[in-house]
Amino acid sequence: MDQHHTDEQKFRFQGTGRDLQKKLLTGWYDRLESAADDGRKVAYLFVPGNVAEFLRVFDFELVFPEVNALQCGVRKISGDLILKAEDIGYSPDVCGYVKNDIGMMLAGNTGPSGHKLPKPDLLLCTYCGCTTFIKWFEALAHFYDVPLVMLDVPYMRSGELGKDDRDYITAQLKELIPLCEKITGKKFDHDKLKTIVGHSREAEEIWVQMLHAAKHRPSPFDAYFEAVFFMAPIYVLRGLPECTGYYREAMKEIDERIEHGVGPIPEEKVRVVIEGPPPWPHFRAFWEMLKKWGVCSVASSYSKVGGFWDHGFRHDPDRPLESIAEYCLTCYTNLSLPMRTDLLRKYAEEYSADAILIHSVKSCRSFSVGQADMRDQFTRVWDIPTLLVESDLADPRYFQAAQLRNRIDAFFESLEHKRLVQA
Amino acid sequence: MLVAGVDVGSTQTKAVILNENSEIVSRGILNTGANVVKAAEKAFQAARSAAGVEEWEITSIAGTGYGRYKVHFGDIQITEISCHARGASFCFPGTRTILDIGGQDTKGIHINEKGEVVDFCMNDKCAAGTGRFLAAAADVMSIPLDDLGGVALQSDNPLRITNVCTVFVETEIMNHLSRGKKGEDILSGVHQSIAGRSVSLLRRVGIVPEITFTGGVSKNIGMVKALEEKLGSTINVSDDSQYMGALGAAIFALERAKARHDGQEAGAPEATIKERK
Repeated sequence: MDQHHTDEQKFRFQGTGRDLQKKLLTGWYDRLESAADDGRKVAYLFVPGNVAEFLRVFDFELVFPEVNALQCGVRKISGDLILKAEDIGYSPDVCGYVKNDIGMMLAGNTGPSGHKLPKPDLLLCTYCGCTTFIKWFEALAHFYDVPLVMLDVPYMRSGELGKDDRDYITAQLKELIPLCEKITGKKFDHDKLKTIVGHSREAEEIWVQMLHAAKHRPSPFDAYFEAVFFMAPIYVLRGLPECTGYYREAMKEIDERIEHGVGPIPEEKVRVVIEGPPPWPHFRAFWEMLKKWGVCSVASSYSKVGGFWDHGFRHDPDRPLESIAEYCLTCYTNLSLPMRTDLLRKYAEEYSADAILIHSVKSCRSFSVGQADMRDQFTRVWDIPTLLVESDLADPRYFQAAQLRNRIDAFFESLEHKRLVQA
Repeated sequence: MLVAGVDVGSTQTKAVILNENSEIVSRGILNTGANVVKAAEKAFQAARSAAGVEEWEITSIAGTGYGRYKVHFGDIQITEISCHARGASFCFPGTRTILDIGGQDTKGIHINEKGEVVDFCMNDKCAAGTGRFLAAAADVMSIPLDDLGGVALQSDNPLRITNVCTVFVETEIMNHLSRGKKGEDILSGVHQSIAGRSVSLLRRVGIVPEITFTGGVSKNIGMVKALEEKLGSTINVSDDSQYMGALGAAIFALERAKARHDGQEAGAPEATIKERK
């Protein structure tokens, strides 16, 4: 929250979400650093459609390479790491996250927080719509010489959740059990899985309440620039009781903001839905460009990149493996382009947004392909003003501040003008 | 009442002074160079000298272009997208689509009957299809930039320029020259290539007549012809086409000054832009 509402009497919970998130993430990195000493086993997996609950049954410590990459971006060290990967032959066109991760490994695998990261004992690639994921983990399997397991998730071509698709994923998970037992020496325990999935469900309930809170006017939080902090626990700590605890505390802050009618900016003038991952190395500069126009994001696709809950899905302790499979299938990157486009339109409607902003990522084809068509659909068919800008999620070289500012200013200037004229 | 618009572009800086009847009193133009602040001051001064007026006589000044925040003597800043829209609509009220080709930017803008921006698209991170592409061709062929269009029009057998990179196009041209190809045929190909890219950019915002061509490159007759051919229709080009951004800015400044004078709300975006300096 900005400094403009600093009345401590009125705002008891101000900063709770951010502070507690930092504490939890530091605790997570501490656990990772000490994992090798304690003999705890480590699995690397991707955020989209992650099967964290399944792996937690075997007490794996979980490493999410994209989370490390984005943290490196925020800390402005991704540029140097990317160059390290390019030095050994990675092309400038390769995903910025991949090169950041490879560069980090080449530099001794010290994470963004300064913690030493453990080597993986298992690489579990959930293939959820991003083909680069496969190549990324193949590279890591080569460098670390550890088993790589592909969890093949069928692409969602329509809105229908097919039973065959779900069964296909649960069968793969069952096949994976012996390998996990062998690596960790721990038996698969169905009751334990139910308990873990139950924790996930509780956290998801509160996370959804938080997301829906952005329907208030003004929105109590920015569903893109602030949601990226609030969303971390649901992706990296899901299934643990501390994750649920986090959302209980963070929700107090959101409720308090609603109660006092305050949001992330002094005056909410334009409500937008944002599509695409943020430009992490220039996160604050990008936000400032929008704040200047009183822009508040009320919904975003990026905050759903790991999974969807706001339209009803929940992990289900009564059908743990099946619900994990459904979770994999419905994560944002696994949805077809028409489904994504329609979803953003629905967000614009449900959250009373004035416009859609697409931040296209130069080095991420899985997100960016089709975004120009999305823009056409929004502007021409549904008459929703839409701005498309481009930079990168990890590579600072692609962020052209003057060009971005020009597009943003021109877009919101004409939106504001239309409003003044209509008034 | 006099007002001014100063358009600090990547290549040239333009200034226009308008009177209260929206008539152009004077103009100023110079190369932007490395000192953007100085360029803005000098262009404004050139326009003032041409009109024989002092700075205090100018009621309101609007800055536009990439360097709009460097027009420190201005009281408002507006993007060149809004300004080109306003300028083109002022010169040709029937305008619905604008193609602006500047030194490093190509923009397609779709406007409504009030001259308001409905949608726009720009080239991304690449100067192919902009004035810089022509400058590169002029450079390698040692032909003055202003003569390029005329030379290209003499061609009866345009070559196909396939390169989409401003840097590598020089190599392609040198290759054609070394094979004894005629200069006019090469240049005609360069113009066709830019026209093709521009029309595809325009398609992204929708091509609705009338089409008005603005920016420095609109002074190039070869470019106008190549575009008309690709579009299959005539396009509007004003004598002041390269001043269109500055003119649009001056119109915003005039509306604001009049509104202030009348004690009314301007109804224009600059009313709130000022605070954002």
